[in-house]
Amino acid sequence: MHEMGIVIHLAKTLDDFAKENHVTKIGSVTLSVGEVSGIVTDLFTDAWRYFSGKHPILEGSELRMEIIPAVTYCDGCQKTYGTVAHGRICPYCGSGETWLVKGNELIIKEISAETDDPAAVTDNK
Amino acid sequence: MKIIELKETITASNDRDAQELREELLRSGTLLINLMASPGAGKTTLLDRTIRDIGSRYKIGIIEADIDSDVDARALSALGVSAVQAHTDGMCHMDAGMTRTALEELTYDDKDLIFLENVGNLICPAEFDTGAGRNVMILSVPEGDDKPLKYPLMFTKSDVLLITKTDAVSIFDFDFDKCEERVRKLNPDILIFRVCAKNGKGMDAWEEWLEEQAGSWGK
Repeated sequence: MHEMGIVIHLAKTLDDFAKENHVTKIGSVTLSVGEVSGIVTDLFTDAWRYFSGKHPILEGSELRMEIIPAVTYCDGCQKTYGTVAHGRICPYCGSGETWLVKGNELIIKEISAETDDPAAVTDNK
Repeated sequence: MKIIELKETITASNDRDAQELREELLRSGTLLINLMASPGAGKTTLLDRTIRDIGSRYKIGIIEADIDSDVDARALSALGVSAVQAHTDGMCHMDAGMTRTALEELTYDDKDLIFLENVGNLICPAEFDTGAGRNVMILSVPEGDDKPLKYPLMFTKSDVLLITKTDAVSIFDFDFDKCEERVRKLNPDILIFRVCAKNGKGMDAWEEWLEEQAGSWGK
């Protein structure tokens, strides 16, 4: 149940960004969420709905989550495979010497926003 | 509406607050140790022993983070060190903001060494930088040598791993070498100490490291 804690930090990161970039209203927020990042997306959306209502700049904004598939690399046979389907044991050679390549990301990819200083936002791009 | 690319981690604001706090602690020469472990791994027992052994040489403070209750803070106050109870209001971790509030309540600029006993949990505390100078995690023998496989992030974020309750190894089949090999794959730079806070075995190496860190922090 750490979704609420992460939402609180997401809101704060967005608030900070808004202040620095003359953003007056955020319409949508797009996150890149790794498949094994530990986020339960439904819980995260519920927490977002509750918490974004408390931030005037975020109120009514839409949360979109793009899932990054998790990929594991096998030291034993140097192949990669889908983490969620096969877990820690390599489906090709049965080795347990495997490591996550990607899939634990939690990134704010982009937002759609209104700004009172178009120059500031253009500069930021 | 314009589309603005951020490509920032979700916890970027916390990362910035934590870095600011770390710099302030460096200026005041206060080493903050973030101690992380599962519930029941023996955080309070380890702190108790460490403070009895080396406490007289330092001005020590303790922040106890729990969702509720002040049982641990009261136990440690009995050793004569200042302790505050930071309540996380139901959150499963401490972040930089909560740590700052607790540090201010404790007053930190007159302390050499402060231990933050984070919420007992191997997942969430690893995701939030508290502003601590060093991250130390405890894995107790009864928890098993497979924990690095199950909770990799915690092992990646820690500077030191203390394997505790080593006196219980005959009961629990804990393979120290296998465990350490798994941990070093995740984090080649981690320091590992095998300790038993109850009989004192191995405590000297850990305490020596701690004194070295406290001595060089902010100097």
